[in-house]
Amino acid sequence: MSKKILLSHGGGGEETQSLIKDLFFKHFENDILLKMEDAAALTMNTKRIVFTTDSFTVSPLFFNGGNIGKLAIAGTVNDLVMMGAKPKYLTCSFMIEEGFLFSELETIVMTMRDEMAKSGVLIVAGDTKVVPKGGVDGLFINTSGVGEIMVEGISAHNLKPNHSILVSNEVGNHGACILARREDIELETELKTDCASLWKPVEALIEAGVKVVAYRDATRGGLSAVLNEWAETSNVCLEVDEDKIPVAPEVKGICEMLGFEPYEFANEGTMVLCVEEGEEQKALDILHKFEETKKASFIGKVNDKYENRVILNTPWGSSRFLEPPKGELLPRIC
Amino acid sequence: MQKVDLIEGFRNPEHIKALAELIKKEATHKINIMEVCGGHTHTIMKFGLPQILPQTIEFVHGPGCPVCIMPKERINHAIELAKMPNTILATLGDMIRVPGSQTSLQKLRAEGKDIRSLYTPLDVIKIAKENPEKNVIFFAIGFETTTPMTAVLLDTVIKEGIKNIYFHINHVTVPEAVDTIMGDGDAKIDAFLGPSHVSVITGYKIYEPIVEKYNTPVVVAGFEPTDVMESILRIVRQFNTGEKRFVDNEYARAVSREGNIKAQELINKYMKKREHFRWRGIGDIPKSALKLKDEYAAYDAEVKFKQVLPTQELDDHKACICGSILKGLAKPYDCKVFGKACTPSAPMGSCMVSSEGACSAYFKYGKLTAKGA
Repeated sequence: MSKKILLSHGGGGEETQSLIKDLFFKHFENDILLKMEDAAALTMNTKRIVFTTDSFTVSPLFFNGGNIGKLAIAGTVNDLVMMGAKPKYLTCSFMIEEGFLFSELETIVMTMRDEMAKSGVLIVAGDTKVVPKGGVDGLFINTSGVGEIMVEGISAHNLKPNHSILVSNEVGNHGACILARREDIELETELKTDCASLWKPVEALIEAGVKVVAYRDATRGGLSAVLNEWAETSNVCLEVDEDKIPVAPEVKGICEMLGFEPYEFANEGTMVLCVEEGEEQKALDILHKFEETKKASFIGKVNDKYENRVILNTPWGSSRFLEPPKGELLPRIC
Repeated sequence: MQKVDLIEGFRNPEHIKALAELIKKEATHKINIMEVCGGHTHTIMKFGLPQILPQTIEFVHGPGCPVCIMPKERINHAIELAKMPNTILATLGDMIRVPGSQTSLQKLRAEGKDIRSLYTPLDVIKIAKENPEKNVIFFAIGFETTTPMTAVLLDTVIKEGIKNIYFHINHVTVPEAVDTIMGDGDAKIDAFLGPSHVSVITGYKIYEPIVEKYNTPVVVAGFEPTDVMESILRIVRQFNTGEKRFVDNEYARAVSREGNIKAQELINKYMKKREHFRWRGIGDIPKSALKLKDEYAAYDAEVKFKQVLPTQELDDHKACICGSILKGLAKPYDCKVFGKACTPSAPMGSCMVSSEGACSAYFKYGKLTAKGA
């Protein structure tokens, strides 16, 4: 019989120790973690740090191009990176449902290790809880992270007319991929999540001195949520061109079939950038060198036509407001 | 298999602009066009088509949204059914958001009732097999488009001998609704855009009596922007040629005169017309909806659970002008409560309740005017 996680693995005794050593230490190994103190003592190279936390629940746990572990690392890393910070240390808590397969947990942990290697971040503290069957849906993960601010002044409050808006990749891939998997929608082509850590491309932008005003990863609520939040926090109008926003044909197909907008689908490795006027090409040239941002596109401008609104222009000369997403995503009927 | 492009080619900016130019040139007289189907309302608003059309083309947003036209008393049925012990209530799409007189299915779900929003009716089979000790009630909604899937579901239930699935049928039909809107004489409608998906099932022959009776062109149109633009041009040309009006089929890549005969047979096998059905915002339309035939009463939730179903008819708030909007006598912006007391998250009237309703489309896609207007 295959090895399963039991309630005793969370009991604090011998089984807990063996789970920590045989699984978590084995894959997350680093000097700080292996000291096994009550808290991790950290050295930071900057005076100002960024600090964030996020909890991850996803059904299904495994999907095309990733799993919950990849999300848990990339998600928190990206939150730090979006502040112009170098991700340094993470904490990680697992809430595991009794009976969860050890082999699946190990696959998830190994994915986390590989994803951490991409940005050089380390897990320095952690916690494991095992809850009775039905207490959680398989596995929940929480990660918190700290990073060193490499460039000051990155903020969603600083958008001004004539700034330019870029998106780093196709939008909607993660949301569409999860939806297709959850609802058994069979596709003839491989649609993968965009899940990725964005430190490498952002580091390159910082090193090249590209004048970036704001970064935001377009997670839940998608591109539409980010654009609307920015319009509101900076009290400006964002005007984007529909034909410049990259959307994969499979995502367009799913959206047409079910009556969704790709701009409202979640992404897990796609960011929106606001750059100063004249910096667009410099930013794109750098982004296009990285696999995770090679489809980056300059999609529109900031202006003062309205306050707090986003305008979407069609290629045939009409336009509409892009409303922020509301409520549950429910498919159309006919 | 060869890939067929069903999206990009129908959104070609050059084609759309060229069609707009032709319509501008040829539409010299005012034409009020009703798009019957909520899907078309959505296309028109989402792609901003009124902005590139001349003033002479006016859209009247029709009753073709199955969620919008559901009267509150039928939603109350769903709510009472979902409250029964050992019951799973399954339905489609944003039906779960729509409030009845007290609550919505979504709120009831948050209170712990088992309510499922499906992508396809056949998922009911899986739910019923996984929950053999519970009754699964399928609250079936939709126009002719979704009716065949309900018939297939019942067919499967009977063939597989599944004992715990029941049907609450709310399927409605397009021609009777159009006839009612035209019949009372106030409606200002000169032509119709015929529904896309409904017509795939029914065939375009169902519109022939409408053209005959009211001398109004009907052009069956696809859902993409070039489909709608091309169909408007065809309507304009029917008026300009001055000949007899006819049913035209722009959506020929999917629609035939006869439609999907197999689907029609399956519907006719299991369902029959209701004598009466109340439409939200319009009122009673005789023979405009379907129910299970008497020999399938054992599967009919309206028969089996009759004792829990409320019978009181409930109208919308007096301030709501959905009836006039549906007849083309008013626009969503003419309504005093639009966007104020009535919004998609707290809808008062039928046109705001679903994303396919006219008010909801106006609310979501908005009207772009000059700054400060």
